[in-house]
Amino acid sequence: MSVEPAVMASRSAVAQPVRQGGVRINDVVKIYGAKDTGLLAVDHCTFEVPPGEITVCVGPSGCGKTTLLNAIAGFHSITSGSIYLDDEMLCGPGKLKAQPGPDRIVVFQNGALFPWKTNIENVTFGPIMQGVMPRAEADDKARAMMADAGLRGIEHNYPGEISSGVRRRVEIVRALMNNPKILLLDEPYRALDSLTKSVMHEALLEIFYKNRVSIFFITHDLEEAIFLGHKVVIMTTRPCRPKKILDIDIPHPRDYSVLTTKRFREFMEETVAAVHEEAIKAFAAGEKER
Amino acid sequence: MVAAARAISGKLTGFVAGDDFWRGVVAIAAFLIFWEAGSRSHAWFGFSFPWVSQVPAPTAVLQAMFRLVQEPSFWNSTFLSTLRVFEGFFAAMLIGIPLGLAMAVSRTFFGISFPVFEVLRPIPPLAWVPASIIFWPTQELSIAFVTFLGAFFTIVINVIGGARAIDVRYFQAARSMGSSTWDIFRRIILPGTLPSIVVGATVGVGITWAVVVAAEMISGGGSAGSMGGAAGGGLGFFIWNSYVGGSYTQIVAGMISIGIAGYASSAALRKIGNLMTPWLSEN
Repeated sequence: MSVEPAVMASRSAVAQPVRQGGVRINDVVKIYGAKDTGLLAVDHCTFEVPPGEITVCVGPSGCGKTTLLNAIAGFHSITSGSIYLDDEMLCGPGKLKAQPGPDRIVVFQNGALFPWKTNIENVTFGPIMQGVMPRAEADDKARAMMADAGLRGIEHNYPGEISSGVRRRVEIVRALMNNPKILLLDEPYRALDSLTKSVMHEALLEIFYKNRVSIFFITHDLEEAIFLGHKVVIMTTRPCRPKKILDIDIPHPRDYSVLTTKRFREFMEETVAAVHEEAIKAFAAGEKER
Repeated sequence: MVAAARAISGKLTGFVAGDDFWRGVVAIAAFLIFWEAGSRSHAWFGFSFPWVSQVPAPTAVLQAMFRLVQEPSFWNSTFLSTLRVFEGFFAAMLIGIPLGLAMAVSRTFFGISFPVFEVLRPIPPLAWVPASIIFWPTQELSIAFVTFLGAFFTIVINVIGGARAIDVRYFQAARSMGSSTWDIFRRIILPGTLPSIVVGATVGVGITWAVVVAAEMISGGGSAGSMGGAAGGGLGFFIWNSYVGGSYTQIVAGMISIGIAGYASSAALRKIGNLMTPWLSEN
């Protein structure tokens, strides 16, 4: 990682200080439907996503993690509480729905590249929409960033013509083109097989080391969470609230050899019972609903 | 030998695939032989097949067609029907696409217009013929109007369905990346609906052919053919006229012409549709 200081220096010289994109979630409640009879999805949830770090949220499917992510992104409102991005209130009392913006870009579960645009048109979409750079400049930057992410040669293909793993990488590059303060990843690798997943994890870390953008990552895969995260937030099943928060002190940069270390296994041991307990509760709740 | 023929035909046209193509050839050949034998059953076998013996033989139809393609009145009929089909079809596209988009985009407009639309939609286009003859000043316009109805409802329904089916994540992603409402309409809704527009148009043009022929028969072929005779008032009128004149080979020849014309229209639209939606093509 000898390039890293140089990259960081050039970024900080051009723009704001590198450490930005922290999210604070304060006592957030989300009820779908009416306040007294509706479905409680998020229950007084409080935790922090530190700037410039990867924070991974783990919990059973349907526990309400995505609800939280949608609230940060500004796709859905919250019922009470507040969410801050650095010092700016995204949503809170008096403004329950955040305004979506290029400072918080979501990478979706099944991907949301526009199928009718070529990969490079997808990647340049943000800057062109925001009017921050002319098309030629956006094209140059997109080409450079795609090449950097190992995506040379597919610029003029459509997303439907490339594999789902590659699509996910294009989508992350598209997100980064917006210069976001934080990336919101909603189980982006869920549909991938485990081998592709391991490649994607290392690629994501590489992108992270180069760009040092804050990442909020949602998954139900505990191993993925510990491998990627500076911090892992284990969620209870619906209604969701942090059950356990761990600081993963395995030093970055990490690669796949981490998985076999003693420290990694200790973290797994420490958390697997908690996650399993919630999974059983989620399963039982699902049975009851049926 | 089959392999060689297959290789040659494969090179000649991109469409000709392997086994499926030859299955199709065999099926059509068998069908024609059965038809020929059926129509000539009395002469060939000494007794008449039921039903099929009443139909002119394919060779006779082929002769009739060969004669017809040399007659200007036949081409005039084909031209008139094609013209009506395209008048109605383009009017349906021109009105149907914006209407469908508006209904998909605006909840208020949908609430107002959809009930009326849904009451009118099940009425078969042909049921409109008498009303349309009364309402429109010329026969030509009334036929075009009925043709229009044939494609219109299909197109609108497809546009609404297509626009509604666009994944909400595309809207969310576009919003996050700073798109205005107009950007979202132009860059998400329009291209996202395009595949459904193509489907609606392809299905719609087929219905249009079905409708135009019937409308011509009922209304007497429009102004151009209302005086009767071989002057020709569209293929529908041509078939009806052949029936009245007792020329059964011409009836079947006219039917086949409509089949070919309908197929050509759909194929042309599919081709245009593929060009407009390059992201859907395989490979």
